[in-house]
Amino acid sequence: MERLFLAVGIALVLLMFLSLYRVIAGPSILDRILGANVIGTKTTILLLIIGLLFDNVGMYVDIAVAYAMLNFITTLGAAKYFLRRKSVHLEDSP
Amino acid sequence: MSIIASALIIAGLFFFFVGTIGILRFPDFFTRAHAAGKCDSLAAILVMVGIAVFNLAEPSLAALLVSIKILFIAVFVFIVSPTATHALTEAALLRGVKPWEKEKKRS
Repeated sequence: MERLFLAVGIALVLLMFLSLYRVIAGPSILDRILGANVIGTKTTILLLIIGLLFDNVGMYVDIAVAYAMLNFITTLGAAKYFLRRKSVHLEDSP
Repeated sequence: MSIIASALIIAGLFFFFVGTIGILRFPDFFTRAHAAGKCDSLAAILVMVGIAVFNLAEPSLAALLVSIKILFIAVFVFIVSPTATHALTEAALLRGVKPWEKEKKRS
């Protein structure tokens, strides 16, 4: 079971690097926010798995709760900001 | 108990993998938001429920409390992740990002 959790954690880190491509090279701003949101969700899962690996889930669960709330607030705030701000062009004109 | 937990966690990892491929390969913001929504809600909830089931393998009061907290995160993500995706998509739609269309056939 330890090996399974270790493998899942390593796979999650690799998938986070794949999502990081969308954050760096995304064509529009909203794509970058979306990639950051997905990376945040994966980080929440990764915190729980780190807690299982260290046999100390009770501490890491609280950190995961805080991280999930922070991730939500970040995405919502950025979406509202770019909805209001008219001077930023969201779409690249070809 | 641990077989159920392993099956749930591996299914969640599969959905994470598929969602990441969708984020990388789809042609448009709206389709990417579709893939990311699946990746956020479904996969995260599967893995969290798997971890909560595995945590209850040796039942005690502290383990039960931790499992309830993990299920609370799952319910929170289930409410919050579609809200975030909807806010992003609404911003894109109101700011005039055009959805992707198939290229027209040559006459």
